[in-house]
Amino acid sequence: MSDTQTPEKADASASDATAGKHKNPVSYGALAVGFFMILVFAGIVGLVAASFFDAVPEITWPSFLVESDTAVRKLGLMVFVVLLFVGVMALLLFMVDSRKRVPNWTVAIAFVGPALAALLLGLIWPGISTLIQSFYGRSPWYDPERSEFVGMANFSTLFTTPEFQVVLRNTLIWVILVPLVAVGLGLLYAVLIDRTRGEAISKGLIFLPMAISLVGASIIWRFVYEYRAPARPQIGLLNQLLVWLGLEPYQFILNVPWNTTFLIVVMVWIQTGFAMTIISAAIKAIPDDIVEAARLDGVSGLRMFRYVTIPSIRPALLVVWVTITMTTLKVFDIVRTMTGGNFQTSVVANEFYTQSFRQFDFGLGAALAVLLFVIVIPVVVYQVRQLRISEEIR
Amino acid sequence: MALNHKRRFTALSGVLAATFVVTACGSGDDGGGGTDGGSGSSAIDCAPYEQFADIDGKSVSTYASIVAPESDAYEAAWKPFEDCTGVDVKGEWSKEFEAQIVVRVQSGNPPDVALFPQPGLLQTVVNDTGAVVPVFEETEAVVDENFSEDWKAYGTVDGTYYGFPNSSNSKSFVWYSPSAFADAGYEIPQTWEELVSLSDKIVADNPDGSVKPWCAGIASGDATGWPVTDWVEDKMLRDQGADYYDKWVAHEVPFNAPESVEVWDAVGTVLRNPDYVNGGFGNVQTVASTSFQDGGLPILDGSCFMYKMASFYAANWPEGTDVSENGDVFAFYFPANEGSEEKPVLVGSEFIAAFDDRPEVRAFTTYLASAEYANLRAKEGFGFVSANKNLDVANVDSPISKLAAEQFQDPSALIRFDGADLMPGAVGSGSFWREATAWIAEGKDTKAVLDSVEQSWP
Repeated sequence: MSDTQTPEKADASASDATAGKHKNPVSYGALAVGFFMILVFAGIVGLVAASFFDAVPEITWPSFLVESDTAVRKLGLMVFVVLLFVGVMALLLFMVDSRKRVPNWTVAIAFVGPALAALLLGLIWPGISTLIQSFYGRSPWYDPERSEFVGMANFSTLFTTPEFQVVLRNTLIWVILVPLVAVGLGLLYAVLIDRTRGEAISKGLIFLPMAISLVGASIIWRFVYEYRAPARPQIGLLNQLLVWLGLEPYQFILNVPWNTTFLIVVMVWIQTGFAMTIISAAIKAIPDDIVEAARLDGVSGLRMFRYVTIPSIRPALLVVWVTITMTTLKVFDIVRTMTGGNFQTSVVANEFYTQSFRQFDFGLGAALAVLLFVIVIPVVVYQVRQLRISEEIR
Repeated sequence: MALNHKRRFTALSGVLAATFVVTACGSGDDGGGGTDGGSGSSAIDCAPYEQFADIDGKSVSTYASIVAPESDAYEAAWKPFEDCTGVDVKGEWSKEFEAQIVVRVQSGNPPDVALFPQPGLLQTVVNDTGAVVPVFEETEAVVDENFSEDWKAYGTVDGTYYGFPNSSNSKSFVWYSPSAFADAGYEIPQTWEELVSLSDKIVADNPDGSVKPWCAGIASGDATGWPVTDWVEDKMLRDQGADYYDKWVAHEVPFNAPESVEVWDAVGTVLRNPDYVNGGFGNVQTVASTSFQDGGLPILDGSCFMYKMASFYAANWPEGTDVSENGDVFAFYFPANEGSEEKPVLVGSEFIAAFDDRPEVRAFTTYLASAEYANLRAKEGFGFVSANKNLDVANVDSPISKLAAEQFQDPSALIRFDGADLMPGAVGSGSFWREATAWIAEGKDTKAVLDSVEQSWP
C-alpha cells in the first residue's frame, strides 16, 4: 500500500515546493494522507502491543465481511472494499487540493513517519527481540513463566558441539566456494563471449537458471544426482553418464564430504548467470579510448585482461561478490530440499529453521540467526566502504 | 497545489491496483463450513450433548495436519454432532501444522481443538506454552468408557491428562506379497528366528544378489530417520521386554546402555546387512536416500520380499494394487521372539487436545471421544482405525486397518506406544532420527550413535 502511495506523495510535495514562495509549504491535504498512513500503522502497532498483554477484544465483524464462501459474496466483498478505498482516497485527494499551508516539520513526520514505523515494526523490533532471545532458553523471552536467562550458553553450544561445528564448517565452505566459483566462471564467460557472434543467445543460456527458484533448482538437481543400484536402470543423469563411461554409479548426495560440494554446484549454477550479466555490462562500459590507448602501447591478451579489464570492472566485481556472498550466507532452500540437513550438509540458515520450528528451541534458533547476522555485518561494512571510496573517486 | 488531472488519475489507479491485491488476499477460503443451525434429525443420539447449555449457533475451530481429501472424511463425521447441537465446527487443515502450532499458540492465536499427529508434539506444546487445557471431565468420562488405561498414559504430561487418541496405527507390520510368497513357497514367519531364516533362504535362492529379502526407506524430508526408530522400538520391546522398554522411553536407563546396543545391532543385522537390503534400490546407503513412501514398492516387481512399515502404508501402494490377504500385497505381524508368551504390538496415534474451555468445545471433545464418532469416522474410510474399544471392526474399511483394529482389541496383545514420540523432542524428533540416519548412511559405529543420542538428552 505504501509503495503505491510514494509517487503520489512525492509528486505532491515536489509540485508544492516549486510553486510555493515561502519555506517548503505543503497543503493540509498531503498532510492528511500522511496522517492517514500513520493512523493505519498506529492501529497495527496498537494491536500488536495489545496482543502482548492478551488484551485484544474479540471483534465481531459483519458476516458479509468475513464469510465470503460463495462467488457472489466474494465479488460483493471486493466491490465493497474497492468502493471504500476509492471513497477514502477521493476524500484525501480532495483535501490535497485545498490551499492551506502547514509547517515543515509536520510534513517531514507525515512522510517519513509511516516508513519509520514500518521499519521499526518489521525490522528493528524483531531484530532486537531475536537478539534478546538468543540469551534465553527455548521459550520466548517475553513469557515470564517459562523464559529462562541462559547467558552465552546458546552460543557456546554452537561452537562446542560437534554437530554444530559441522554446520559452521559447511557454511564457511559455502561462503568461500560459491562467490569464488560463480564470479570466476561468470568473469571467464563474460570475457570469452564479449563481442562474439550470438552473444545474446550465449548469455541467455547462462542466465536462464536465474529464473528458476532455488527449490525448483534443487529438485531438478536431486534428479540429476539420483542414484540407483548398479544393476538397475539409472534415472539420474550424472549416474547414467558414469555408467556409460563404465564406472560405478555414485551416491552424490550421501557421501561425506563431497556431498556439500555437489549442493554448492546448484548455487553456482544459479548465481553464475547473475555474475556474468553484471560483469559483461561492466566490460562493455569500459571506455574504448582506454582500450585503444592500451593497444597502442602494445598491450594485448592476458595483460590487457590483467591491467585494463580487471581494474576497470573492479567495482562491478565487488558488488557481485558481496551480493552472492550474502545470498550464500542465507542459503536454506537448497539444503532443506536436497538433504534436509542430513548427511553432514546442514548450514546455519537451515539449522536456524530446524532449531526454531522443528525443535522449538527458540533460544538456540535465535542464537543461530544472530550468528548469521554477525557474519553478514563485515561483508556489508566492506561493501559500504568500497562504495564510498568509489564515489569519492568520482 | 492542485494535482493535475493526469497525475490524479495515475494515483487513483495505483490505489485501485493495491485494493485488488488486498481484496484478493482477503477473500481467500476461510476453510470453514457454513452454519447449519438448530438441532434437527441426526445420525447419532443427541442426549449426551444436552448437558451443555447455550451452545446452539456457537462455533469451534479445529486445526490438524490432515489435508483434503482425507479432511472431508472428518467433516462428514462431525456433521451429526453439528446437526445435534447447532455448533459450527470449523476445520483448518494444514500440512504446516507441526511447524505452526507452537508459533500460533505462542502468538496468542490457538485453535479451540487441535489434532496432534503424535503425542510428543502435544508434550512440547504443553511444556513450552502451557496453553493446553486438561481433558474436560465430561470428556474424560467418555474416554474412560471407550479407551483402555494405557492410552490415557500416553496423553498425560507430568501427571495431568491433556489428550486422548484420534486415529491410531499399528507399527508391528511387515508388508509382503502373498502371491510372491506363494510362488516361491515361502511361509509367513511366526517368530523372529523364522524371519531371519526366511531372509537367509531368500538370499540363498537369489545368489546373483538381484533380489534381496528386504527393502527399506527412511527418507522423509526433515523427519528422515524415523522408520529406524520404529525398528529399534519393536526390537526393544521384543528383546528386552515391556518393563525395560518403559524405562528406556522414560530415560530411567541410559540410551547407550549395553542392552540398547544389543537391540540396535539386532536391527543392524537387517538394515545394515548388505545381503538383506536394499532390494530394488542398491546398497545399504540407499536405505537413507529412499523415501519411506517409495521404500516398499519393489515388493510389487519382486526385487524384494519384505518391508517393515506401519499399517498406514496401505495408502502408498499405486492405484489398482490389491491390498488384501490373498492379493498383491498385504502385511503380516512382525513376529515376537521364539518362546515369547506375549504378542508385543507397537502403536502410534494422533491425539486430540483443547486450548479453550467453553461449553461448545467441551461438547465437541466429548463427541470426539465417543464410540459413535469412532464408528462414523471409520465408515468414511481412508484407513481410519481407532483404539476405541467400542469400534465395530466391521465398520473399518480396509483389510489392513481391520487387522490393526483386531490387534488393538486383542486381549493378549502387549501394546506399547511409539517410544520416539514420547521422548523429549530434542531426542524423539531430533537426535534419534539424525543419528539413526548417520548410522545407516555413514555407517557410523553403533556405540558412537547411542553415545551421541544419550548426550543430547535434555
